[in-house]
Amino acid sequence: MTAGATPIEDELYREIILDHWRNPRYRGHVDPADVTVEGYNPLCGDEVLLTMRMRDGSVEEIAFDGHGCSISRASASMMCEGVAGRSIGEATELGHRFRAMMLEGGSADDLGDLEALQGVARIPLRIKCAVLPWNALLEGLQRGGGTVTTEEGPLS
Amino acid sequence: MSISVPPRTTARGVLSLAPDFDVEAVRADFPILQRRIGDRPLVYLDSAATSQKPVQVLDAVERYYRQSNSNVHRGAHTLGNEATELFEGARRRVAAFLDADPRGLVFTRNATESLNLVASSYARELLRPGDRVVLTLMEHHSNLVPWQLAAERAGLDLAFIGLTAEGRLDMEVAARLLSEPTRLLGVTHQSNVLGTVNPIRELAELAHGCGALIAVDACQSVPHMPVSVRELDVDFLAFSGHKACGPMGGGVLWARPELLERMPPFLGGGSMIQRVELDRSTWAEVPAKFEAGTPDVAGAHGLAAACDYLDAVGRDRIHAHEQALTGHLLEVLDEAGVDIQGPRTLVERGGAVSFTMGEIHPHDIATILDREGVAIRAGHHCCQPLMRHLGTPATARASVYLYTTHAEIDALGAGLREVGRILGPPGTPR
Ligand SMILES: Cc1ncc(COP(=O)(O)O)c(C=O)c1O
Repeated sequence: MTAGATPIEDELYREIILDHWRNPRYRGHVDPADVTVEGYNPLCGDEVLLTMRMRDGSVEEIAFDGHGCSISRASASMMCEGVAGRSIGEATELGHRFRAMMLEGGSADDLGDLEALQGVARIPLRIKCAVLPWNALLEGLQRGGGTVTTEEGPLS
Repeated sequence: MSISVPPRTTARGVLSLAPDFDVEAVRADFPILQRRIGDRPLVYLDSAATSQKPVQVLDAVERYYRQSNSNVHRGAHTLGNEATELFEGARRRVAAFLDADPRGLVFTRNATESLNLVASSYARELLRPGDRVVLTLMEHHSNLVPWQLAAERAGLDLAFIGLTAEGRLDMEVAARLLSEPTRLLGVTHQSNVLGTVNPIRELAELAHGCGALIAVDACQSVPHMPVSVRELDVDFLAFSGHKACGPMGGGVLWARPELLERMPPFLGGGSMIQRVELDRSTWAEVPAKFEAGTPDVAGAHGLAAACDYLDAVGRDRIHAHEQALTGHLLEVLDEAGVDIQGPRTLVERGGAVSFTMGEIHPHDIATILDREGVAIRAGHHCCQPLMRHLGTPATARASVYLYTTHAEIDALGAGLREVGRILGPPGTPR
């Protein structure tokens, strides 16, 4: 597969990712929440629970919980940081751009810290870990809640 | 089978419970072991998921397609006869491997299909509402979900034998459950997560004592140790050839022929009938009654070649080699400071060892090990209820087989140090 030249700390486990993994931001539950989405990866059993409170067309508050690997936790943490306070339109666009980077080789420009996750795109088995929280976000923004998995659903 | 192994006190390297086992000669039979992963030699520690295949099996499959390929039980031509003879020969060979009556040996795609066959044709069709099926907390989804489906359709009750802190079946609960009216006990011979080897003979006695049948998932035992359905006194036994050096697609169900005779067919179609009218049919004799459609002849023939191979190496010797490796593996994992899930001694335990590493997720362990060329499995291992019981969403699992070396176990140890270096507690120098 992708083993070889690049040390894994440069490709996958970059400092910023490890920092979000060790010290996740926005971890917990928004209560009361307007939007609650559960995300599952049936292949590995990982779960993410995303809760949001919306106000005037924006994501006023957001939090995630659940269990997953370093990549999924860091991705969720960075995602929350990226969309907190943004309008639904901006958050949705960020979600699509992130997915495009991970799944279609899209550009990482202007994605800020999220660019650090680009290395994951080179490890097919781990892409789903990074994308799961974003599937939950987009589901929540589009449908106001529900359940998503990495395997099916409107967004895969 | 209950080989009891003395505690290992010897220094690493000199130890061996199978001093005459020539693992390098075995490895020479497995072409894939020459592969490199990036710039590292492959260290394959995922044989519990599927085993690698020796040239003897690869050649048998290829020879079948090059020389004898034809449909079975049909054409009256030479190739048809040859293919039929190879297929029926494979049935006798695999039955002999299990010390079993070949009339009870049904070829399926895999153990999952075998267990579904039993749950559908026996439990769903022949049991009655309120009848009880006992399972255990350590079953693979393929020995759980089929019973759930049958239970729902037929109104059966499911009950479960729990586990001890060490990860063994709680035999007190087993004895209690199996002293009450029960129709069937479904149990794995060896846990694919914990490595625990269950006392099948004793469980069969308990089951039969309360009028129940016993169905054994032998996926993780048949490849690794001598298994005799006669000695174990079981009624159904399933395994997947692909975990025993055979090709993917060759699965096995063995059942007492008199049970197969009572059970209605699982799938209908060609080969499983005697006489077909427009509105009804009669069934072929067992085991053909349970083999609808064109079978995987190459898969069955390849599995027979795998049985020949494993017997030529010697299943007792393979088991002894694996016990030595497992002891070494337990030691290396212990030194790495990980939490072993399941028995920590060699007593009634096989060579699939699960572990967790605190906050570090098993996927991260597997990804870093892959960089080192070390292939392990990470995830729920198709045992979500067991994961819940263990209080973890996933574990990492290393598993050994006849071609595994002690040096490979050491490579795992080195890989785990790398995991600790990269993902260890903050402040750990990188
Ligand atoms: C204990 C056990 N049972 C059942 C299975 C299912 O095997 P298969 O997927 O080949 O049907 C496996 C392997 O994954 C296993 O380890």
